[in-house]
Amino acid sequence: MSQVLLEVKNLKKYFPIVKGFIRRKVGDVKAVDDVSLYIKEGETLGIVGESGCGKSTLGRTILRLYDATEGEVKFKGVDVLNAHKDQMKELRKEMQIVFQDPYSSLNPRMTVSQIIGEALIEHGIYRKGKELEDYVVDIMNKCGLARYHMNRYPHEFSGGQRQRIGVARALALNPSFIVADEPVSALDVSIQSQVINLFTDLQREYNISYMFISHDLGVVRYISHRVGVMYLGSMVELADKNELFDNPKHPYTQALLSAIPIPDPTVKRDRIILEGDIPSPANPPSGCKFHTRCMYAEDICREKTPEFRDLGGEHFVACHFAK
Amino acid sequence: MGEKNMDLKPNNLSIEESLSLQEELESQQEILTPFKLIRRKFLKRKPSVVALIILSIIILAVAFAPFIVKHDPYELNMTNSNQPPSREHILGTDELGRDYFARVLYGGRVALQVGIFAVIIQIVIGTIIGGIAGYYGGWIDNVLMRITEVFMSFPFLPLVITISAVVGVRISPEQKMYLVMVILGVLSWPSLARIVRGQILSLREQEFILAAKALGIKNTKIIWKHLIPNTVGYIVVNATLGVASAILQESALSFLGLGVAPPVPTWGNLIQYARKMYNLQNRPWLWIPPGLLIFATVMCINLIGDGLRDAIDPKS
Repeated sequence: MSQVLLEVKNLKKYFPIVKGFIRRKVGDVKAVDDVSLYIKEGETLGIVGESGCGKSTLGRTILRLYDATEGEVKFKGVDVLNAHKDQMKELRKEMQIVFQDPYSSLNPRMTVSQIIGEALIEHGIYRKGKELEDYVVDIMNKCGLARYHMNRYPHEFSGGQRQRIGVARALALNPSFIVADEPVSALDVSIQSQVINLFTDLQREYNISYMFISHDLGVVRYISHRVGVMYLGSMVELADKNELFDNPKHPYTQALLSAIPIPDPTVKRDRIILEGDIPSPANPPSGCKFHTRCMYAEDICREKTPEFRDLGGEHFVACHFAK
Repeated sequence: MGEKNMDLKPNNLSIEESLSLQEELESQQEILTPFKLIRRKFLKRKPSVVALIILSIIILAVAFAPFIVKHDPYELNMTNSNQPPSREHILGTDELGRDYFARVLYGGRVALQVGIFAVIIQIVIGTIIGGIAGYYGGWIDNVLMRITEVFMSFPFLPLVITISAVVGVRISPEQKMYLVMVILGVLSWPSLARIVRGQILSLREQEFILAAKALGIKNTKIIWKHLIPNTVGYIVVNATLGVASAILQESALSFLGLGVAPPVPTWGNLIQYARKMYNLQNRPWLWIPPGLLIFATVMCINLIGDGLRDAIDPKS
């Protein structure tokens, strides 16, 4: 495809664990631990993983909603993590986010038109008045909302409609990159498809890149061009979606994919059942983080952290044995 | 609510079809501005509306006192002292022959002014301190909350008595009214600051705040447009209760002779002068009217506060 829009190198986000009255630091929760990836223009990168594996934190750290501990994020060549105030304000127009929970992500005291129009006024693109109103209505129509919804409050809408408001808000600034942080997991299946189609339609029309975070493998396969799999804060495998789903190399990916239910009761499938629980990100295992649950684990896995390497054809895997 | 969104669309319709269907149903509906919505919801609560009417009458009577009574509340007339109610003096006269009805109305001016300004001081300080502490957190929060605790741990009455005694003697009775306002305002903000801080602490973890940050909204705007409006319900209730309690406290202080001093009349010191046994038994017109007015005003303000809280909350 085309040019690289966003590049993330060795990004780390540790949340300090503090204890006691004087807030002594006793450790770190390694929510995002050494993640590298890139996203091209007009491309969707799906990110999958279990709950608590750092998917959302990754998205938010890239947008600098959380301060990164270490690493580098480059957006159109601009260093996001070290951009100063004015630069950051410009970047905000380009990078947006859609949240998972359509209830807590909209201010209950603001009308739909205020929610969508606020950033436009803040960035001086429009002033309050007729032009702003027309533009807001235009965006609302694109997202499947009608003009008469303008002066309503979020609580007057259903979950799917609220998610559309969230998308419209992100879209208003005409961004080239949107982090979609589990945008459909709180919705009914029928509404999910509508919202997903909205995402793909908008991508086709405006050539927007998405980082689509989800734990629903079906949704990710449908919407993504490439897919990354995260485990305990690290990226374990990243490849073209068909390559990844048809030919997974990392044992974790294999186990994850074997868990996808097949809607046919006569098909017998071989599920890979992982032993044990996901370890604590505050105290991750040494070497390969997955070795405690991996059926192929050997001594080298306990001692050496596997490199996140390209097997060829942009199929990246973090496993010593992957070929 | 009748205008509640009626989402009846069947799922087999496409977005456009269902929207146009919905539009036919809904687009004729009147677009409700937030203000209209609040007014409509407030007017549905009968006790609050009645309270608003009564309070308006009290406020109008107090504000336009010079046009209602012919007498000056400070005009002495020793030959006409301690008169019972009559056509000339609706509530009679006090022991110095001053028209009592005039004194009650003018006394209301002081009480209401003290109540309102004390609360304005309280809201301004409380909201700013609570908002900053809650939003920025960390050491800023720590420092501001310790200061708040210091203010909270001042013993109210001894402090007021001391300030009144030290500062009060050097200033005129008129200025003493402002002293009372400031004392009440400055001593009552900590509880509001804590409420606002607590609310903001929980609000700032909500995703719409992150969304605002992602949109590049300035911190000050996030506090003022996203956080504070969501605490407005609490602030309004606190403010109305604050007006009521400031009026009561001013009355109590004036009753103790530490608040607004004669000859400036206030409801509190009027009752104080009426509290002799003989007056209580034989001249009820001296203590019932100011007492009733304090009660009615405080009661009405509380009811209005209740109604406003429900009306402002968009979820109700």
